Amino acid sequence: MKPVLKVVDLEVSYYTDAGRAKALDRVNLELNAGEKIGLVGESGSGKSTMALAMMRMIKPPGRIEHGQVIVDGNDLTSLSDEQMLKARLSQIAYIPQGAMNSLNPVTRIGAQMIDAIKAHSPNMPKDKMRARSLKALESVELKPEVFRMYAHELSGGMKQRVCIAIGILLEPKVIIADEPTSALDVVTQRQVMETINKVQAEIGAAVILIGHDMGLMAQSMDKVAVMYAGRLVEVSTVKEMFTAPKHPYSQALIRSLPKLDVRGVFQGIPGLAPSLLRLPSGCAFHPRCQEAMDKCKTLRPENQVLASGSRVTCHLYGEGA
Amino acid sequence: MNFRLLSKRLLFLLMVVWAASTITFFIPRISPKNPVRERFAELARTGGFSPEDLEVIVADYSQRFGLDKPLLQQYGDYMWGILRFDLGISLNKFPKTVMQLIYESLPWTIGLVFITTILSFILGNWLGALAAWPRSPDWLKNIATSFVLFQGVPPVLLGILLIFFIGFKLKLLPLGGAYSIGTVPDQSIGFFLDVLRHQLLPGIALVLGSVGGWVISMRGMGVTIQGEDYVTFAEHKGLGPRVIFRDYYLRNALLPQITGLALALGNLVTSAIVVEGIFALPGLGTMLNSAIRSNDFSVIYGIVLFITIGIATLMVIVEFLYPLLDPRIRHQ
Amino acid sequence: MSSVTLSNTAIRQPNKVTLFFRYLRRNPSLTFGLLIMLFLVIFTVHGLLTINTKDAYPLAVRPKMPPSFQYPLGTDFFGRDLYAAMVIGMWQTAVIGVFAGALGTIIGTIFGFISAYFGGFIDAAITSICQILIPIPAFLIQVIIAGSIDKRSVTILTMAWVVLLLAWMGPTLVIRAQVLSMKERQFVSVAKLSGMTSLGIIFKEILPNLLPFIAAAFIAQVFQAVFASFYLAIVGLGPVREPLLGNTIWSAQTQGAFFNGWWWWPIGPAVAMILILGSLALINMGMDEMANPRIRRSE
Ligand SMILES: Nc1ncnc2c1ncn2[C@@H]1O[C@H](COP(=O)(O)OP(=O)(O)O)[C@@H](O)[C@H]1O
Ligand code: SF4
Ligand SMILES: [Mg+2]
Repeated sequence: MKPVLKVVDLEVSYYTDAGRAKALDRVNLELNAGEKIGLVGESGSGKSTMALAMMRMIKPPGRIEHGQVIVDGNDLTSLSDEQMLKARLSQIAYIPQGAMNSLNPVTRIGAQMIDAIKAHSPNMPKDKMRARSLKALESVELKPEVFRMYAHELSGGMKQRVCIAIGILLEPKVIIADEPTSALDVVTQRQVMETINKVQAEIGAAVILIGHDMGLMAQSMDKVAVMYAGRLVEVSTVKEMFTAPKHPYSQALIRSLPKLDVRGVFQGIPGLAPSLLRLPSGCAFHPRCQEAMDKCKTLRPENQVLASGSRVTCHLYGEGA
Repeated sequence: MNFRLLSKRLLFLLMVVWAASTITFFIPRISPKNPVRERFAELARTGGFSPEDLEVIVADYSQRFGLDKPLLQQYGDYMWGILRFDLGISLNKFPKTVMQLIYESLPWTIGLVFITTILSFILGNWLGALAAWPRSPDWLKNIATSFVLFQGVPPVLLGILLIFFIGFKLKLLPLGGAYSIGTVPDQSIGFFLDVLRHQLLPGIALVLGSVGGWVISMRGMGVTIQGEDYVTFAEHKGLGPRVIFRDYYLRNALLPQITGLALALGNLVTSAIVVEGIFALPGLGTMLNSAIRSNDFSVIYGIVLFITIGIATLMVIVEFLYPLLDPRIRHQ
Repeated sequence: MSSVTLSNTAIRQPNKVTLFFRYLRRNPSLTFGLLIMLFLVIFTVHGLLTINTKDAYPLAVRPKMPPSFQYPLGTDFFGRDLYAAMVIGMWQTAVIGVFAGALGTIIGTIFGFISAYFGGFIDAAITSICQILIPIPAFLIQVIIAGSIDKRSVTILTMAWVVLLLAWMGPTLVIRAQVLSMKERQFVSVAKLSGMTSLGIIFKEILPNLLPFIAAAFIAQVFQAVFASFYLAIVGLGPVREPLLGNTIWSAQTQGAFFNGWWWWPIGPAVAMILILGSLALINMGMDEMANPRIRRSE
């Protein structure tokens, strides 16, 4: 099967006063149509940066240094700015982290849906745009009245649904949801997740879900990708990840979950997250790794595919191990 | 509109008016100066009063202005007068009332202040919004920044420079005055144009002097709004820069600016008063200048009070109109 | 975020001076404002050391002389050397500005502290007074105050006091807001838990963190004070005998300087005032930019 999303050697840096921070370092990822992958990692590990880089929305002082993002055969990094505008939302959609403030407070929800459609199909008749917006609202289980409402009249969960509705307006191939539930209460979280699953099934898009809640990941994702200090250290199926995690960092993550029940928010592991400005040499994880060897301090591990299908970046595996 | 909010704001307006009138009442009376005596002492220096005559005249005037009554009664009369728009009688242009004098010069000042406020609001916010917009061309940002340099420079100083360069050196526009010496005020186009020519330099000085403030606050607001999640999300939706600028950025950034309008008007009135003095234009400012020069205290206090009340009222009006523009407040 | 490899940190982190200069390069307002201010200070100090103070007052030199080698800024109708008058006027402006600015900031800081720290009725009273006074144009009230003082007894310090009377509300509100937000922050509650007294917390924990805001408020107040005293002087309410910049312009205007062709009379003090207020405004803006990192990021 041909992958619908291919991220190749993606590299992003932020140029700050204190120096250059490599927030994304040679990240590779493949996703098939309809596949759902969860992206986990400590705060600051580069998850949002990866999402924004795929949308080509990295802003100064950040810069995409290198790499390709191929959606449905089109390399987004080679598009002109104009073409990229069109690709957003129609090819690849982003559902933002801060849904609380992601809607324009001074215009109606409907207007904010219509303008999105209009930007991509300026000649579509007005009533058709309206019908499509109403259908999207219906998909996320919102009443049609929401169309005429303002953001401040909606609850947090409703705002998040509106963002999802906007995300699916043009039936994109890839949907990235950046911690869509982190600001919501538990019940609403669950409902929003169900909504995401439902619309994903409806339009058959590939989904990247960024989040902290391993339980949610286990329940509704197909795969999990683990990010550490701007590098994807492991990509495995959910089953593989929860039963036999490969990378020592993933192992620590899984161990840190409450026992008997894989549900729960990941609590973090001992040690400090490294500063991106001064990444440890070799494997960035080595100061915290219990299995670190001598070569981990000097030699950077390469990404490799194991027999189980997992992709992992660690010296414990492969020919040297 | 919410009734409680309305009454709260009206109460606030009353408090401001009360505070302003109380200050204008008490400060002069705490000071050892007797305004009437002051006024006549000056006349005595220039004219032919004897000190004895002076005492008689002062007593007579004090009585006529109510200065011989107990302080509290004076205060009561004074406040009652304000409620009836009675600001007293001019010491210098007796028997004209202060309100009569204000009405004579008010249209000039209102014309100058309103036009310049609106012009600088539009120009300043437009430039400020563009200055904060990352896609604006550099030359536009530079123009906006150069206006910022004028911020902090009192319009009156710009006025002096303008008089010097454009009036004095280049002789393009008059050095001052309301209209050319020798013309007779009438309704003709020619006279109107002549007045406009005289108002041009003071107007430019006021606009230049107040544009910078708008540019700065709008630029700051613009930068804040650009960091807002809804603008970022609008970009994620693939909207073009024009739509984002107009519907997401400008609309949101402009709203708080509107609340600053009344306060800016207050500052501009202050500046206009001083600018009028430098350009010898008719208006409240020149009236104030000559009142200061001739110790016409009732006129000084009257003008201060009148302007204060005017500005407080405008502030409340702006606040009442604001909900029409901002749905968040409208629906509360 | 501290690093696990501390030895590396010490080597690669650029030092503070470098960082400050890199910062100045991105904050032209601050740099430019400070440079103008430096120039003004040098001008005034050098002037004070070289002029004869008497020349700044009437009947000292030949009147109505245009700028020349002897009188670089010319002389006025009353026989004052306008260069000497400008030096003295700048000095007096500085006295008024720093005096009223410093006192206004101190009073405002104290009020802001009291208001935020004790809250309740005191807070309500102080904030209401500020809110009621702010819409009243300070200049107009100052006109009344200055107009009620005997003109002959107005001095530079009187001016400063007049200006000060309405110059504390701004800092009060600013400092109040900052203290309120700091009260919520961790370090204060930790200090409270560890048994520090209120006074101890104010001086050891809150005040040091407030210093940048107090500094910014001070600059803003100096600006306000200079501005206000200038406006009072230019409508003829200044200390009439002193060569305060506004007074000089006022007397030039009263004597119809432009109509009579004595253009140099008002122009010198006008330019000086533009430089003073301009540099203060630029420094103020630069400090705002420093305090508000969002503005910084867009540059
Ligand atoms: N605008 C920016 N300027 C400088 N550094 C940034 C910026 N945005 C993100 N970073 C840095 O990039 C790293 C990754 O951030 P992010 O992608 O937001 O992490 P996550 O979403 O995983 O929490 C962080 O260390 C952060 O400090
Ligand atoms: S490469 Fe070495 S240090 Fe890094 S995770 Fe693997 S074992 Fe640990
Ligand atoms: Mg994030």
